[in-house]
Amino acid sequence: MKKRNLLQRSIIIGIVTLVGLYIVIGPHGRRPHFRDLTWSGIKQNLGQNIHLGLDLKGGAHLVMRVKIEDYLKRLTEDAATAAQNAAKDAGFEIKDTKAETSGGNHRVILQVADPTKNKDIREAVEKKVNIGDRDGWSFSSSGNTLAWTLSGSTERTLAESATEQALKIIESRINAFGVAEPTLQRHGAQNSHEILLQMPGIQDAEHVKQQLGTPSRLELVHVVSPPSPSSVQTYNTSEAAIASLNSGGNVPANRRVLPYTERASLTGQETNPGAKPPPKWVVIELPAIIDGAELRTAAAAQSRAGGDEYEIDFSLKKTGADKFGAWTGANVNEYMGVVLNDEVKSIAFIKSQIFDQGQITGKFTKQDADDLVLTLRSGALPAGIQYEEERTVGPSLGADSIRSGVRASLLGLILVVAFMLLYYRGAGVNAVVALLLNMILMLAGLIMFNATLTLPGIAGIILTIGMAVDSNVLIFERIREEMRSGKTIPSSIEQGFGHAFVTIIDTHVTTIVSSLFLYAFGAGPIRGFAVTLVIGLLVNLFSAVYVSRTIFMWLLSRKGRRVESLSI
Amino acid sequence: MFQLFHKINVDWLGKRRFFIGISIALMLAGMVSAVYRHRAHPGGTEAFNLGVDFKGGTVVTVRFRQPPPVENLRAAINQAGVRDAVIQPILDKQGGFLIRVPHQGAEVKEGETQAGVDAARTRVRQALNTFGPEAQTDKTLEADANAAYKIEGTDAVGEVASKQLRTQAVAVTIAALIGMLLFIAFRFEWTYGAAAVIAVFHTVLVTLGLFSIFQIEINLTVIAALLTLVGFDVNDSIVIFDRIRENRKLYRRMNLYDVTNLSINQTLSRTVITSGLVFLSVIALVLLGGETLRPFSLALLMGIIFGTYDTIAVAGPIMVWWERRVEAANKKATVSAGESGTAAGRNPAPGGRARSGVGKPSRAA
Repeated sequence: MKKRNLLQRSIIIGIVTLVGLYIVIGPHGRRPHFRDLTWSGIKQNLGQNIHLGLDLKGGAHLVMRVKIEDYLKRLTEDAATAAQNAAKDAGFEIKDTKAETSGGNHRVILQVADPTKNKDIREAVEKKVNIGDRDGWSFSSSGNTLAWTLSGSTERTLAESATEQALKIIESRINAFGVAEPTLQRHGAQNSHEILLQMPGIQDAEHVKQQLGTPSRLELVHVVSPPSPSSVQTYNTSEAAIASLNSGGNVPANRRVLPYTERASLTGQETNPGAKPPPKWVVIELPAIIDGAELRTAAAAQSRAGGDEYEIDFSLKKTGADKFGAWTGANVNEYMGVVLNDEVKSIAFIKSQIFDQGQITGKFTKQDADDLVLTLRSGALPAGIQYEEERTVGPSLGADSIRSGVRASLLGLILVVAFMLLYYRGAGVNAVVALLLNMILMLAGLIMFNATLTLPGIAGIILTIGMAVDSNVLIFERIREEMRSGKTIPSSIEQGFGHAFVTIIDTHVTTIVSSLFLYAFGAGPIRGFAVTLVIGLLVNLFSAVYVSRTIFMWLLSRKGRRVESLSI
Repeated sequence: MFQLFHKINVDWLGKRRFFIGISIALMLAGMVSAVYRHRAHPGGTEAFNLGVDFKGGTVVTVRFRQPPPVENLRAAINQAGVRDAVIQPILDKQGGFLIRVPHQGAEVKEGETQAGVDAARTRVRQALNTFGPEAQTDKTLEADANAAYKIEGTDAVGEVASKQLRTQAVAVTIAALIGMLLFIAFRFEWTYGAAAVIAVFHTVLVTLGLFSIFQIEINLTVIAALLTLVGFDVNDSIVIFDRIRENRKLYRRMNLYDVTNLSINQTLSRTVITSGLVFLSVIALVLLGGETLRPFSLALLMGIIFGTYDTIAVAGPIMVWWERRVEAANKKATVSAGESGTAAGRNPAPGGRARSGVGKPSRAA
C-alpha cells in the first residue's frame, strides 16, 4: 500500500521534472535534435526560451513624434464644418467655408451672403462651436468674410495635451500586449512633441510600430442615398460621386466622398485576389453621427456566417447611445455607414431604432480583428506618429552591473545550499533538491506564460527562494521538535509535515492573494513582480512539500520498519 | 543533530515598551528627515532622492572611437559628481552610448528644462574628457583625428513613471495589504490581520525613512524591493501567528501573553535560520552586486532586518494588546448582560461581534 503510493509519487515527480526541464532547455517550435543536448545547444535554447527585459538585455529604442500639424489641421477643419452647420441651422446663408491651415496659422473662414448680419452669425456660431475668445480663438471680419484664428498660446496648449493624450494611448496599447515592461517617456523639449519608447524584443517593437502606424478613427455616418427599399446609392468613380453633389466639382464642407469596398479586408490581403470586387464610392454626411470616442467596449467575434472570418461587436457609452438612439429613431430606412480610417467598411439600413450595440463586418482575420479591437478600445490617436529615430540598445542596467549581480546571487545561493547541507545533513539534501526543482519549474512557468524577466521579476524570484528555504526550515525544525518530544521517527515526520503544512499554506496563500491584487491593478514592474511570485509560490507548494515528503518516504521505506536515526 | 537554539525562554512581550520605543524613534527620524528636506530646503534637496525613472532628466547620446568598458564610463561619470546615471550601449552604432542623467536637485519646473539639459551636458562632457578630447563642433568624429568621442545629441526626457502611475502604485499596494488583512482575518482573527499589516506598514515606513535620511536613490526597482519586503514580513508574522493558534488549543489555561511568548520562542530557531539565510544572500548582493543594484539590494537588506525584528517587536505586542482589549470588552458585555439584561445598547464597539477563537469567553447572546 505504502510502496504503491511511493511509486505513484515518484512517477508524478519524474514526469513534472522532465516536462519542466524540456520547457526550460528544450527547443520550441521545432523537433528536438541531438545537438540540443550539448552545452552550447542548451545555452542557445535557454537564451531563446527566456525573454529577458529591457534592463537585462536591451531592445528597441524608438523616438516618435506626434504629427501635431495634422492634429491642428483636422481640428480646424472640423471646426469649419461645425461653424458652417451652426450658421446654416440658424438660418444664415453661407457662400463658402474654408479651413486655412497654411503658414503656421489655423483659421476658420466663412464667406457670408449678407455682411450686415456678421454680428448675429458670429453669435450663432460661437454659441454652438467652441471657437470663441474664451476658447483661445480670435475673431476678425472684413466685408463679407468672417475669420476665427487660433491663437499661438492655445495652439501650444492643444498640442501639449494632444501629445500627453498620445502618450497615454500608446501606453495603454503596448501594455495590452502583456508583461514586456516597456518604458515610455516624453522626449526632447516641450514643443518637440516627441515620445521615447524602449521595449525588449525587436520583433515586438516591429509589431508595435505597425500598430501605432494604423490610426483607428471609427465613425458612424449617414450615407447620402435614397432610403431603403431602394438599394444604397454608390458610384463607380470618385468623380461620379462628386458630380452627383452638383456643387461645381467641389465637395461642400458637410459632405465627404469615401471609398467603399464591399466586405473588404483591412489589410487588403485577400485569400483570393481575383475575387476582390472593384471599390465603389459613396457620399456621406458630416459631421458623423457619433465617433470612436463614444465607444464603451469592442470585442472580436467569429462571424455569424461562420468560417474564419471575424467581425467586431461594439457597444456605446451612455452619451453616444443617446445620440445614436435619437438619430436612428428619426431615420428609419435610411442608410448608415461604418467608417474606419476614412474607408467605409459596411453599410446597412436602419430597420428600427438602435441604442448601444453594433457590429463592424468585413473580412477580418483573427489577428486583424484583435489588433483593431485593441486600437478601438484604447481610443484613437489624436494624430499620426512619425518615427524620428530607431536604434537597438543594450541593457539599461549595464553589462557590468549584470555580471556582478549574477556573481553575487550565485554566491548567495551557494551559501544557502552549504548551510542547509551542514546544518540539516541528510535532510539538507532534500531541501537542495526541492530548491533546484523549484527554480527549474519556476523558469518553466515563466516561459509558459511568455513573461519577460526583468529585475523586479528577479526580486520576485528572490522572495520565492526565501520562502522555499523557509518552507524546508519550517518542516525540518518541526520534525526535530517532534523528535525531541519523544515521538518515533516516522510519526515525527508525519506530524512535522502535518503541522508545518498548515503554516506553509497560510503564508503562501496570503502572499498569493496579495500578488493577485498587484497583478490585477498594477502596471509595469509591479505586474512583473507579481507574475513571478505567484508562479514561484505555486511551484513551491509542490517542490517543498510534495517532493520533500516523497524523499522522506523513500528514506523510511529503505530503512524498513524500525528506523532509529534520521539525519536531520 | 546540530542546533542553534534549544529551550529558550525569553519574555519578548515584556520588552514591548523598549521595542515600540525604538520603532517609533526610527519612524519619526525618517519622517523628520523627509519633512525637513521637503520644507526647509525649497528648491534644494527633496524628501527622497528620486531617480530618472521618477523625475526625468537628460539623455546624452555619445559616440566613442574606442568604446571604454561600461564600468570605466560609470566611474568617470560618478567622479564628475553625476549620481545615478543609467548607461545603455547602442548596439547598432559602433561605440555609441545613451547616458541618462536624472535632473540634479529639486524637480525641474516647466521652462527650465533647457537649463537642466545644458547643465547635464556640461557635466557629462567634463566626465568624458578623461577619455580624451571631444571632436570639434563642426567636425564629425571621423574627421577629427585627435578626438576620442563626440556628443551627438542631448535631449530632455520625461519621467518613466508618471505621477498617475505613482499614485496607482501606492493604491495597488494598499489594496494588496487590504487583501492580506482580509485573508488573515479569515484564517485567524481581525486583530491578527491588523497587527500583521501594521507591522508591514512600519517596515515600509522605516525603510523609506532610511532612504530619505541617507538620500539613497529611489527608482522603479526599489519599488519592487519594497513589495518583496512586504512579502517577507507578512510571511514571518504568519508563521508566529500560526504557532499561537496551535498553542492556544494545546494550552487552554495559559493566557495569551504567555502563549505568544512561548510561540515566539518555539519558532525562534526557524526565524533566525530563515532570516539569516536570506540575510546572507542579500548581503552578498549588497557587497558584490555593484553600484547600480545597490538601492535595490539595500532596500531588501533593510526589509529583511526590520521585517524580522518587527514580527517579534511590533506584530506580537499589538496583537496581544488588541486581543486583550477585545476580550475585556467581551467580558464586560457578558457581565452587564447578566446583570441588567439590557446590555445590547451598551456594548462597546469591538465587543459587538461574535468571536470564533478558542479558549476565550464568548459573548452573551
